[in-house]
Amino acid sequence: MVTAFTHRRGSHCESGVMSSLLHHHGLPMSEPMAFGLSSALAFAYLPCIRINGMPLVAFRMPPRAIVKGLQRGLGFGMRFETFRSPASGTARLDALLDAGKLVGLQAGIYWLPYFPPDLRFHFNAHNLLVYGRDGDDYLVSDPVAEASTRCARKDMEKARFAKGVLAPRGLLYYVTTPPSEPDWAVLGRRALARTTDIMLRTPLPFVGVRGIEMLARRVERLPLDGGGERARLYIGHLVRMQEEIGTGGAGFRFMYASFLQELAGKTGHAALDGLAIRLVEIGDRWQEFAVAAARMIRRRDALAPPALAERLRALAGDERLFFQELRRVQRAWAC
Amino acid sequence: MREQDVPQEGNATLAGHRKAIYAVGDDGKLRLVPSRGWEVEEIVTRQAVEDLERRAREARERVRAGATSPLEYHMYRARMDLALLSQTTGLWRWRVRRHFKPRVFARLPLSLLQRYAEALGISVETLGQVE
Repeated sequence: MVTAFTHRRGSHCESGVMSSLLHHHGLPMSEPMAFGLSSALAFAYLPCIRINGMPLVAFRMPPRAIVKGLQRGLGFGMRFETFRSPASGTARLDALLDAGKLVGLQAGIYWLPYFPPDLRFHFNAHNLLVYGRDGDDYLVSDPVAEASTRCARKDMEKARFAKGVLAPRGLLYYVTTPPSEPDWAVLGRRALARTTDIMLRTPLPFVGVRGIEMLARRVERLPLDGGGERARLYIGHLVRMQEEIGTGGAGFRFMYASFLQELAGKTGHAALDGLAIRLVEIGDRWQEFAVAAARMIRRRDALAPPALAERLRALAGDERLFFQELRRVQRAWAC
Repeated sequence: MREQDVPQEGNATLAGHRKAIYAVGDDGKLRLVPSRGWEVEEIVTRQAVEDLERRAREARERVRAGATSPLEYHMYRARMDLALLSQTTGLWRWRVRRHFKPRVFARLPLSLLQRYAEALGISVETLGQVE
C-alpha cells in the first residue's frame, strides 16, 4: 500500500500517469508538461496497421513514448518488467504493492470493468496506476477517471495480458530513483526541436504535416458505393481517434497549447505564449472538422468526402506555418 | 476552445462519467475542464458500437439458419474480428474460419472450446449457444 497518494485527474492516460507518478515522487509536473517535454505531439497516418479494419490515425507518438521520453530527459531511474505468464505478472505486482511501490501498468481497455461499456473497445495501450491492494481488489488510480477506483484481481490480470496489437505482456513500471528538479529551459528547448522535427522534417510521407495531407488525399477518394456506409464508418473512425481516445480535445492540440503556455510562464520565454493561442485556434479548426464529419455521419449534411479533405488540407497548411514559427521561436531562444 | 464553450451535452456513451479537456479560461490560461460530453463524440462512438452490434445480429441470424457457428456471433459480441480472435487464441486464421462451420464447431474438443471461451471472456456453455 502506497501512503499519502492522491488521485490526479488527466485527460490522457499515459501523460496523466506520468504526471501523477512524478508528483508522487516529489517533482510537481503537470500533465501538459509531461506531454510536451516528452515531445509526444505528432501526427501519423498508418494504413498498414488496422484497428477493426480501419487504419491507425494517431495524433501523438506511439505508446510508451511519454514514459521513455521523460525518463530520458529527466534522468531518473525507472524499471520496466514484462512477463511470460499471467500468474508471475500478478505475483510480481502484488509483491511491489506490498513493498509500498506505486506501480504503472499497461492494460487492455476492453477488460477493465470500471470503464463505461460503450467505450470498452480492444485497445491495449491504456496506462493506469495501482497504489494498493485490498483483499482481492486493486486500488486503481486511472487518470482518465474522475476518482480513484477498484478493480478485481482476475479482471486486472486479464487486462494486463490482453492479446493482439500492442499486447501489454503484463508490462509494469515503477520509479527506482526519484527525479530532481530539472532545468526547464534546456528540457523545453530540446523538446520543441524534437516536435517540430517530427511534424516538419520526418522523411516519411505518412508522418507529420505531410501525413495530414496524405490522409486528405485518402479521404478525398473514399468510395461512396453501398450508400456510403463504409465511408461514414471511416470518417467516424477519424473523429474517434481525434476526440474520443482521451486526447484532451482536438487530437492533443489543446494540451500542447497548455504546455507552451506553462513553459512560457516557467522560463520567461514569452514568445511561446502567442504560439499557444494560435495552436488553440488550430485546435478549434480540428473540432470544426469533427462537427462537419459527425453531421455527415448522422445524415444532417450530404456525405461529401472532398469537403472534409479540403478541411484537412487547410489544417495541414495551418500546422505547417505554426510549426515553422515554433521552430523559429525555438532557435531564437538563447539559454 | 473557451472554458464556457466546453460541451456539457450529456454524452450517453460516457455513462455518467465526466471526461476532461483543456480549455481557455477568462484569464487567458488553459486549464483542465470537466466535460459531460459532446454530441459529436456520442455520434461517432454509437456509430462504432452499432456497427459491431449489427455484425453480431447478422451472425446470429446466420447461426439460426445453420450457415455459421455460434463462435462467429460471440466473436462480434466481444467486439473482435477474425484477426484479433486469431491473435488472442493463438490459432491460425484459417482454423478459426473453419470453426465457423457449424459441423466442425459441433465436434470441437473441449480444450479448443475452452481456449475460445477464455479468449472471449465467456463460459463454454455460453459459447455453444446464441441467445
